[in-house]
Amino acid sequence: MKKFETFTGVAAPMPLVNIDTDMIIPKIFLKTIKRSGLGVHAFDEMRFDRQGNEIPDFVLNKPAYRKSEIIVAGDNFGCGSSREHAPWALADFGIKVVLSTSFADIFFNNCFKNGMLPIVLPQEQIDLLMQDAEKGENARMTVDLEAQEITTSDGDVIKFNVDSFKKHCLLNGLDDIGLTLEKSGAIKSFEENAAQSRPWV
Amino acid sequence: MTAPKTLYDKIWDAHVAHEAEDGTCLLYIDRHLVHEVTSPQAFEGLRMAGRKVHAPDKTIAVPDHNVPTTLDRANPETMTQDSRIQVDALDKNAREFGVHYYPVSDIRQGIVHIVGPENGWTLPGMTVVCGDSHTATHGAFGSLAHGIGTSEVEHVLATQTLIQKKSKNMKVEVTGKLAPGVTPKDVVLAIIGETGTGGGTGYVIEYCGQVFRDMSMEGRMTVCNMAIEGGARAGLVAPDETTFNYVKGRTHAPKGAQWEAALNWWKTLYTDDDAYFDKVVTLKGEDIQPVVTWGTSPEDVLPITAVVPHPDDFEGGKIEAAKRAIEYMGLTPGQKLTDIEIDTVFIGSCTNGRIEDLRAVADVVKGKKIKDGMRAMIVPGSGLVRAQAEEEGLAAIFAEAGFEWRLAGCSMCLAMNPDQLSEGERCAATSNRNFEGRQGYKGRTHLVSPAMAAAAALTGRLTDVRELA
Ligand code: SF4
Repeated sequence: MKKFETFTGVAAPMPLVNIDTDMIIPKIFLKTIKRSGLGVHAFDEMRFDRQGNEIPDFVLNKPAYRKSEIIVAGDNFGCGSSREHAPWALADFGIKVVLSTSFADIFFNNCFKNGMLPIVLPQEQIDLLMQDAEKGENARMTVDLEAQEITTSDGDVIKFNVDSFKKHCLLNGLDDIGLTLEKSGAIKSFEENAAQSRPWV
Repeated sequence: MTAPKTLYDKIWDAHVAHEAEDGTCLLYIDRHLVHEVTSPQAFEGLRMAGRKVHAPDKTIAVPDHNVPTTLDRANPETMTQDSRIQVDALDKNAREFGVHYYPVSDIRQGIVHIVGPENGWTLPGMTVVCGDSHTATHGAFGSLAHGIGTSEVEHVLATQTLIQKKSKNMKVEVTGKLAPGVTPKDVVLAIIGETGTGGGTGYVIEYCGQVFRDMSMEGRMTVCNMAIEGGARAGLVAPDETTFNYVKGRTHAPKGAQWEAALNWWKTLYTDDDAYFDKVVTLKGEDIQPVVTWGTSPEDVLPITAVVPHPDDFEGGKIEAAKRAIEYMGLTPGQKLTDIEIDTVFIGSCTNGRIEDLRAVADVVKGKKIKDGMRAMIVPGSGLVRAQAEEEGLAAIFAEAGFEWRLAGCSMCLAMNPDQLSEGERCAATSNRNFEGRQGYKGRTHLVSPAMAAAAALTGRLTDVRELA
């Protein structure tokens, strides 16, 4: 997993509540052999009409938001199925942070496994960030995980909470595999011993 | 003196690369087998994280689950688009990450659990994993082998280890000798009939006793293959002269001084006297008869001489399950098993797709014809098995008898390729799972040995092979 680094990016406002995993990635895209490449299908039914043309009103189709890295969302983002395709699709689109008052549990955890940071904030702060996001391309926010701070385009600083272990994993780019790789010294010395004792393997 | 250890304990101890305080271990993996269905997202995960395969020389990939087994399969049109995409993905991943690879066009291509042993990748005392539950097959060599999920496939690709906690030890002993006409498939089905499909849950099974000592490697593979149907993640047989003779000279087996060194270690791989087993099950070899499954669980096993049971013969939740199974299978309680008529015979799979299995079939059908209207298919487990069967004249016997003689793959074992049962179609199969819909929507599967499948092909009904002799 890539390390989560401090960045400044465009935030897309999606005030709709209960954005579910079927909206994030409809089930016809689950037959894939991939985790990547789903970004083009993210929010498919909201983003494209039946003929595959872009729906101009949808926020991510607007020129200002086509390269969004942050989503400011309504309550209960990511509800629905457990499909990991949802965070896969968002991550592939380029989303690094989702801000909301609440998230569905499984989606919330799936985000961390895929290098994304979901942040829970009280309603008034989400309202403030939503307003900021609506200013468009020039209103970039900065997310600093180390300091646990979001800085709005106006320079307001908002503090947020995050589980310390998950923070550690994101900052260091550690998933299960990453954690195991922290023990690569032990694996290496095992391999060196095995090369002596069982060279035929 | 150290405490006496089981075979499982010894292999486990030799592979722990790291142990955390709570007993969670990083188990080092000696061989990682990969097929097209459970690996694409794992490789994709590596790619996204910018990781490499940690030990490509210990990783072996082969497409098997949804490749067509018809003779015209070189034509890509024979594959559905989904299947083609998966096979193409494996092709690309194998080459890009530099792992050993047997493409569909390679004569060594075949079912992953047949390819591993056949080419000498599987050796005693190893840890072997694959994104497939029948990885247990490799336990026949006295190697600790079990199936893993896609996220674990990625973990093994990236780190060559698996995060594991140790299982408990279970001993399944079959004493004495087998009667004529009784095969390893009957032995393992009889064991599952005895222990139930949950009997091995949480355990690694070691198969002990004279019956296994006398058994060929191929027979041992059949038995270990179905450890998973008995609920165990892995089954083991201690390596012995039979094992060493099988392994010797295979392409990737050690040679020369390394062979001697390996042999020295392999000879220490047995369960010490007085080692502790958490559970012990004992069967008498003489009591085992040729068996068939009548229901939709591998534990629904009866001797071929028996009749379809009545749901009231069971207790508790099994009454409902039996009722449902009898209805699904279209049977009548009290009906003789030998009166059950068969539409299709499938011989193949990682349970019974090896050369000895095919010889057993040839023995039964030589000079005879399969029943009129019977669909009977023989799918060798690998291209090498196919070639050997042709060389030994078995293929000619099969053709003469009226069997279809296919190319290697999983085929009708899981019906992911076009080889499927239609609704209500009844099949005698040498594979390992008789679940509802396993071989096709509403298809009906009776699990049997290769010899019994051959007998059914001749008579058109489930048949006691001993009566054909
Ligand atoms: S033959 Fe059947 S059981 Fe064996 S690997 Fe293929 S699908 Fe799985």
